[in-house]
Amino acid sequence: MKFLRDLLDKQKPLFQKGGKLENLYYAFEAGETFLFTPKHTNAIKGAQVKDAIDLKRMMITVVIAMIPCLLFGIYNTGHQHFLATGQTAGLWEDFGPKALLGLQLVLPIVIVAYAAGGAVEAAFAVIRKHPINEGFLVTGMLIPLVVPATLPLWQVALATVFAVIIAKEVFGGTGMNILNVAMTARAFLYFAYPAQISGDQVWTYLGDKAPVDGFSGATALAVAYNAGVEGETVNSALATHNSAIGAGLFDFANLFIGWIPGSIGETSTLMALIGAVILVATGVASWKIIVSGFAGAYLMGLIMNIFAVNEYMAMGPEYHIVMGGLAFGVVFMATDPVSAAQTEIGKWIYGLLIGVLTVIIRVTNPAYPEGIMLAVLFMNVFAPLIDYYVVKANKKRRLQRATV
Amino acid sequence: MSKLIKLKKGFDIKLAGKAEKQLEDFQSAKTFAIKPTDFIGLQRPKVTVAEGDTVKAGTPILFDKALEQVQYVAPVSGEIVEIKRGEKRKLLEIKILADKEISYENFEKYAESSIKSLSKEDAITQMTKGGVWPQLIQRPFGIVANPEDSPKAIFISGFDSHPLAPDYAVTLKGEEKYFQAGIDVLKKLTEGTIHLNLNADAEVPGVFANVQNAQINRFSGPHPAGNVGIQIHHIDPINKGEVAWTINPYGVVQIGKLFLEGLYDASKVISITGSRAKKAVYTKTFIGACVDTLVNGNLKEDEKSDVAPETRVISGNVLTGEKINHDGYLGYYHNQLTLIPEGEYHEFLGWMKPTTDKLSFHRALGLLSFLKPNKEYVLDSNVRGEERAFVQTGVFESVTPMDILPVYLLKAIMAEDFDEMEELGIYEIVEEDLALCEFVDVSKHPVQEIVRKGIDLIQYS
Repeated sequence: MKFLRDLLDKQKPLFQKGGKLENLYYAFEAGETFLFTPKHTNAIKGAQVKDAIDLKRMMITVVIAMIPCLLFGIYNTGHQHFLATGQTAGLWEDFGPKALLGLQLVLPIVIVAYAAGGAVEAAFAVIRKHPINEGFLVTGMLIPLVVPATLPLWQVALATVFAVIIAKEVFGGTGMNILNVAMTARAFLYFAYPAQISGDQVWTYLGDKAPVDGFSGATALAVAYNAGVEGETVNSALATHNSAIGAGLFDFANLFIGWIPGSIGETSTLMALIGAVILVATGVASWKIIVSGFAGAYLMGLIMNIFAVNEYMAMGPEYHIVMGGLAFGVVFMATDPVSAAQTEIGKWIYGLLIGVLTVIIRVTNPAYPEGIMLAVLFMNVFAPLIDYYVVKANKKRRLQRATV
Repeated sequence: MSKLIKLKKGFDIKLAGKAEKQLEDFQSAKTFAIKPTDFIGLQRPKVTVAEGDTVKAGTPILFDKALEQVQYVAPVSGEIVEIKRGEKRKLLEIKILADKEISYENFEKYAESSIKSLSKEDAITQMTKGGVWPQLIQRPFGIVANPEDSPKAIFISGFDSHPLAPDYAVTLKGEEKYFQAGIDVLKKLTEGTIHLNLNADAEVPGVFANVQNAQINRFSGPHPAGNVGIQIHHIDPINKGEVAWTINPYGVVQIGKLFLEGLYDASKVISITGSRAKKAVYTKTFIGACVDTLVNGNLKEDEKSDVAPETRVISGNVLTGEKINHDGYLGYYHNQLTLIPEGEYHEFLGWMKPTTDKLSFHRALGLLSFLKPNKEYVLDSNVRGEERAFVQTGVFESVTPMDILPVYLLKAIMAEDFDEMEELGIYEIVEEDLALCEFVDVSKHPVQEIVRKGIDLIQYS
């Protein structure tokens, strides 16, 4: 590593004040601090030793927590293709080709998201003269996981650029943003290019192959919603759906494990829960938000049951947990510390309302089959208000103490 | 009346280099210095001696034009050898070359029984003239107390919970008589209570065993349970417009000696600690002593790495202390010297490498120190990252055992929002109370510096 260090030290004067490439200092600095932690020592006064954590390490922990979802998503992308085109029925048959196809489809999306967002980050760092934000390590992985594998790459790039600029950099970078960056990217796609990210046709990659007879690409949420409209019980609708490619696609266990069509990384509740375990065990994400998010969705599902006027409302609340992107959204999106509520009591309320809102949007809104995206964005906007009241309560306690 | 308060929040930074509980003699220091910068709130220092003057222990050498009664006195007798000034003639150090035998200024001497009949005015006069007054610190703001105030209570923390902090059972051994006399004198200064807060998790040091005239409270829990600011918050919190005083037990003993012996005794037992110390022990020295005799020859030689690390000499502890030169001077309020390695080095992929030998309050990827909760760590002065905007939430709260929202308070200070600062509790904290936040901060903010900035804003506006 000495060689690398020497190389960096040799180039450094070029980028420092007065050097030829002075303007690119922060781009250089990003690379340098990626390879080597800086040699700064603590100030003369104040804490003389510091905790081993830094923002880079925190962010990479989140990326690691997403890897189960990513790997699952890659294989599932291939698997869904093989199912839909009738090439294999068994889960582990044709393992190699499925994984390969998944990689072919998913990897470019990941690369494009990182490249596009990274370029914007670097440009802003250079123009605004601030260090590159590590937050993008996470955003660049989140965006690919919440889009379908069939999404055109230019849309991935455009959405990423839009989100990084509008949702983050205009506010001053990681830590200053109001909205979750990845959710903003998805919302952008959803409203700008709905044809490529909603409906029944986009979730399964077909390529040039024809689907089997009777194939439907609908997600479980769409099936459930239609069941509500048509008055069929959701359970039977889920059970009979897509029997052409093998029964049991939408039975509870399969929904939980995630061998279903959907966005790349969000189909598997199980993988999201593994991520949650990593995030909570490492203390990076707030367990309060995760627990209250799931609890909110379940409770709202129960309330829907009580006032059920259609079959969707009568659906068992446990299905809300395993269908769609709720688990992924609650675990990875809602827990973004910057856009979430920042007080401990606030986190309970924030998470709970995300769960509640998700189910309300799902069940009552005809236009959006999935509610987690809008619920998270909506609560991002409301998080400061929740915090405002929690902080106000703290001030009030102090004031009351003084006047007693 | 006594309270037992159990605190759960906080974090003990376990460091290698704990001082053995024995007194060791080192060569005594030749020079001593009083640093006006040690006294927070000392606004316009005026030196009353000139280079070449001779002083006795207890001779006034300095006062604050903003608080003229309070004299700052020489800790030892000798000759003023240097009055060191910095930029804009800012007064930095008044250096004294010490006599071999210390001679003392004479102050009025009281019998133990006559302290009871002492008047408040006489007590204040003796204390302000006799050099012990700066030991009294005012809350809010953490500045030297104003003799004209009458505090609602006086708080004494009977234990220091900072990393490697000295044990008062050693440093104040045999000072019972003076401590009690000090308490009796302090009793004259307030109509409220004198609170002595002891560690519920440890044996009570002999010096505090039979204290009269004070309310004993017990605190249990990790650092910062020993911080007097935290204790005040749980016993009798400070509201806007109120004034309380704090003093550390050494100051109380010094007051006791001034009244019972009629002299200003600046001798103190300090601990030499830290992973770089060859002999981590207690030793007797004086306020403001040059530390060269304690540092030179007392550094470990054997180091595995190819380059022997530089040593950072810290007057005080690793959370709130100050880096000084190897021939620098012990801070006025400090009772500890900490020697740790400097951390001026790059580390390849240091931000993602798994590590068991770097301490962390967190458990993020590869930070494995939580697996060994009882290990004593060798920490150096590396920042371990770069400063960033606030991202992670909920961490500061979990090391701050007060009903305070540290991040909101810090943001209010950064925004210079005075109302918000007041409402969020700036009157209740000084730097040391949020020092742990600075340690655990993912985004590496200079938390203590921000806190002082906020206090200054409030105090001088």
